[in-house]
Amino acid sequence: MARKQIVILGGGTGGTMTANRLRRRFDADEAEIHVVDRDNRHVYQPGLLFVPFGLAQVEEIVRPRGRQLRDGVLFHENEVEAVWIERDELLLDDGTMLPYDALVVATGVRLQPEETEGLTGPGWNERVFTFYSPEGADALRAALERFDGGRLVVNLVDMPIKCPVAPLEFAFLADWYLRERGIRNRVELVYSTPLDGAFTKPIASEHLAGLLNEKDVELVTEFNAGEVDGVGGKLSSYDGRELDFDLLVTVPLHGGAAYVERSPGLGDALGFVPTNKQTLQTPAKPNVFALGDATDLPTSKAGSVTHFEAEVLTENVARFLADKELDASYDGHANCFIETGFHKALLIDFNYETEPLPGHFPTAFGLPLLRESRLNHLGKLMFQWVYWHALLPGREIPGIGPAMPTAGKTHVPAHAS
Amino acid sequence: MTATLIADTSVDVDAEGFLTHADQWSEQIAEQIARENGIPELTERHWLVVKFMRDRYFTTGTAPSIRSLGKESGVPIKELYQLFPKGPAKLAAKIGGIPKPRGCI
Repeated sequence: MARKQIVILGGGTGGTMTANRLRRRFDADEAEIHVVDRDNRHVYQPGLLFVPFGLAQVEEIVRPRGRQLRDGVLFHENEVEAVWIERDELLLDDGTMLPYDALVVATGVRLQPEETEGLTGPGWNERVFTFYSPEGADALRAALERFDGGRLVVNLVDMPIKCPVAPLEFAFLADWYLRERGIRNRVELVYSTPLDGAFTKPIASEHLAGLLNEKDVELVTEFNAGEVDGVGGKLSSYDGRELDFDLLVTVPLHGGAAYVERSPGLGDALGFVPTNKQTLQTPAKPNVFALGDATDLPTSKAGSVTHFEAEVLTENVARFLADKELDASYDGHANCFIETGFHKALLIDFNYETEPLPGHFPTAFGLPLLRESRLNHLGKLMFQWVYWHALLPGREIPGIGPAMPTAGKTHVPAHAS
Repeated sequence: MTATLIADTSVDVDAEGFLTHADQWSEQIAEQIARENGIPELTERHWLVVKFMRDRYFTTGTAPSIRSLGKESGVPIKELYQLFPKGPAKLAAKIGGIPKPRGCI
């Protein structure tokens, strides 16, 4: 075939894996592969959770994006001005026009704290923090070190968010951290969420609400944060309820990358890219694909999801370029470790149809599911090595494929959702 | 799923009272569901939201979230809470005869 031009927007988890897999798949004379990102800092995002507690340093979890890409992948450190899907080309902020045969959108999400009234006003990064950015996580670490008692409120403003379990993990780890420091009895811990329970999926939600209760964390549900007063220490909901705080840890609203909104027909009102659930092709145009946090898919915005999607997406980009029928096999598979403090963690594994169930992963002799264990905590710690050395280069991880395994699961009938 | 009588019409509802067949809906049904949920009268602004929800549901297959309602319906989130107290997306979906908006994951 004639030499194809593949452009991948985003050099994070999804973009890097896709570029490396496609580079291995095509010879240099078959395809030219470009990756575009506005900066050259690849953050190992699961590490952000540990920064506020001094368990990780920002420098340890950031590496240059370009260095994670195989030889022969062209890296552009540029902002995307806009994509014109009708014309199969896009414009970079240095004036370069990049035409493509296939486009992969992997630009993740953008935090939008400014969309909540008062959130970035007085008090921001003084008593109101987010650990969802390296800078925010580091500022929160300093604030926690100074914190000697009072009300610590964790709030997630609205779904969707990256790693929906992370705010819960933050609450669990805060409980552990404050006990280690011997000041837990001087702190009221509150977890507030717009959901009607601790989590979205019923069985996991019950387990996690139980853990909050065990750790003496007050759970406030159906709380839709509308306004923050960072000076007076007040978080108000749209329906008029108020939560007082001395320290507020927020997970701000998420939207898609800014250029998506500037690109006609590419995204929805929130800047997420409508994407086919099984093939990862977009309905906007057959040569446009999307994966990871950037999509509107009804599964978690998480690295594991992106990893499983990357295998199907790479295959489908290749099939599309060869005029073959696409593989409709992505099942929504997601799994995540949930840190619960005291060197323990839970593991959950699920897909579009099956909610997180108890049992073991990936088979009956694997890691325990939905149950606290030290093994899961070690798994979570080890994962950073796997991420840089196996996942990003696009190597297969033995026993962990894109389809959700069922062998080790206890079959509890799924609740209708 | 059970059948029930709303505004003298037999409709199918789920355990929380959401219609399971959006085509069984009528404006009379909307008015009665609204009254039962503490909204004595549906104003023009209520109808704007309810009809936007239905349009959205029929074109995309899912009910819009509160955020997209605030961005696209022309009614700001604060006002949505005044019109439909507590949970605007949920309550407007119920009145509009479409399934309960699914929380994201």
